[in-house]
Amino acid sequence: MRWAQSRLRDGRLGWLFVAPNLAVFGLFTFLPIAINFWYALTGGTELLPRNRPFVGADNFATLLNCGNYLDPNSCVRDTFWHGIWNTTKFVLLQVGFMISFSLVTALVLNRKIIGRGFFRAVFFYPVLLSPVVVALIWKWIVQRDGVLNAALQSTGMSGTNWLLDPSWAFFWTVFVSIWAHMGFYTLILLAGLQAIPRDIYEAASMDAASPWRTFRRVTLPLLMPSLAVVFILGMIRAVQIFDEVYVLTGGGPGTATTFMVQYIYNTGFAQGVREYGMAAAASLLLAGVLLVLTAIQLKGMMRGGRGSAH
Amino acid sequence: MAALTRMLSAKRGFAHWDWTDWISYVYLVFGTLLMFGPVLWLVFSSVKSPSGLVEFPPTLLPWEQTRVSVPGQTASLPLFKIAEGDHAGQTLAEIRKIGLQATMVDPAKPDTTIRVPAAGLKKVMHLRAAWENYTDLIAKLNFGLYLWNTVFITIVATALTLLVNSMAAFALSKYRFKGREPVFMVMLATLMIPPTIVLVPNYLIAAVLGLTNSLWGVIWPAVATPTGVFILRQYMLTLPDDLLEAARMDNASEWRIYWRIVLPLSAPALAVLAIFSVMWRWNEFLWPMVVLSRSESFTLQLALNSFQGDLETQWNYLLAMTVVTLLPVTIIFLLLQRYITQGIASAGVK
Repeated sequence: MRWAQSRLRDGRLGWLFVAPNLAVFGLFTFLPIAINFWYALTGGTELLPRNRPFVGADNFATLLNCGNYLDPNSCVRDTFWHGIWNTTKFVLLQVGFMISFSLVTALVLNRKIIGRGFFRAVFFYPVLLSPVVVALIWKWIVQRDGVLNAALQSTGMSGTNWLLDPSWAFFWTVFVSIWAHMGFYTLILLAGLQAIPRDIYEAASMDAASPWRTFRRVTLPLLMPSLAVVFILGMIRAVQIFDEVYVLTGGGPGTATTFMVQYIYNTGFAQGVREYGMAAAASLLLAGVLLVLTAIQLKGMMRGGRGSAH
Repeated sequence: MAALTRMLSAKRGFAHWDWTDWISYVYLVFGTLLMFGPVLWLVFSSVKSPSGLVEFPPTLLPWEQTRVSVPGQTASLPLFKIAEGDHAGQTLAEIRKIGLQATMVDPAKPDTTIRVPAAGLKKVMHLRAAWENYTDLIAKLNFGLYLWNTVFITIVATALTLLVNSMAAFALSKYRFKGREPVFMVMLATLMIPPTIVLVPNYLIAAVLGLTNSLWGVIWPAVATPTGVFILRQYMLTLPDDLLEAARMDNASEWRIYWRIVLPLSAPALAVLAIFSVMWRWNEFLWPMVVLSRSESFTLQLALNSFQGDLETQWNYLLAMTVVTLLPVTIIFLLLQRYITQGIASAGVK
């Protein structure tokens, strides 16, 4: 009996225990990848794959059909290209500012501060809020009769209809997503800072190094692995920005805040005629970008950093 | 004042503050206002009545204009204090305002109307918390259904997530079998496939399985998560194998070993995963929006979104609903902050 069990243990039992997990992964992750390619290569509006006519690379050709890639309006699918350029701009601005603020916050929280636990909690709290809640909180503040405009008017400045102005709407998508996510990156950077051995700082103060010099020569180099992880993680998330922005601006005004995932969602699910093939093709292009970023991240993880997405 | 400064600058083990301390605290106080102020503003706004919400400039507390019912008038009338002119100092109700003239009535003498310049009118305000914003949610707005849908998804998906992932983690940490390493790598590799890029095929699979507009359509895709397997496996690796061997000596079945020994001992890791799973499911938006299109199957997040998209947004209800939606997450955070921050710092998940 025990013999049988130990034989089983080394063989089939292991598989039995991982089977439910693999079944779900297979059904909702691996199979979809394969099907996604079929969707991308077929046209029509049918959902069932066998009813869809094969069109080869037509979907990709349509998406990439542009007079001038820098000018979305010259493209057949101009919204897609607006999405690409908006996303690029968003990723650069959002990740850049967010990591900077997170670093400053982590440095401040790493000092001997009264009420450090409280402040850390305050900066982290928005991370746990749902994107919809985050968007509504800020929509309520920046709406036409909102408290922001009232505050501006009381100081003599004139408010504006923030979310109806393309530049301001874009600004708010960046601002709100930094507000919602910076606590997460602050936490990881803070853990990185606390992992730096105390005696290195003591040695630096023995040598009478200035605070700035200590930061440049000790803190920053030792924090680099954490910073790199946080940077890539932030980019992976920023490329997929959707939820908050969808509720805050709906992608507008016009296409000012339409990002790549929203293009996929709109094309595949929100328009009257659902273009599954086009949505799948766009998502494969997005997957290419994410694959590169994730490969960099995994390489970092192998070298002993941390970081993952769920 | 000097005493106050001294008290504020009395720091553990440090005699004096230098300028970097001041900057740090200014930064933190400003940050606290920016991070927490908007949430407080939401909570305070959520107990304002519709008329309190449109008051401009807005106030933190729920001030609203007092209204009285006057005999002979069909609707209730807003009260004003007259600041200047013949009737200065009187409190009158406004019947109508045309141009610069307002027609008023004294509630005590409803038969005679009085005409006054509209410029000299000051609103009579009173404080009242509009709790009906909350109670109406259930009575008028199907809120109970959305809440139930969300709670059902969150609880069932979390229970299944714990079960399915801990089983896999058990095998991957305690059994030696051919294919163990590849299986683990394949599971980790799913990290590279965010749900956003398989929306269309996932929708097809949900449709084929009859899961569209069913809460199970949100639950099933979520129950296997690479992060969950990773957290649990790393923890189970630290459990000594001797315990398992001892149980096998006593002829315990493998399921029993998993269920009665490994699972209870993994409670800390399970707790971390449970917290994350609850947060993920409670806050999830895009996939539920794709798979649940009928309002009977909406989650809170979907209800909030569709509600705010209405042409005539009823902000008083929307704000109250938002507060209720953020409440559970806030309570979990207050109680389990330590687990959450440790989990994030150690696994890098969110």
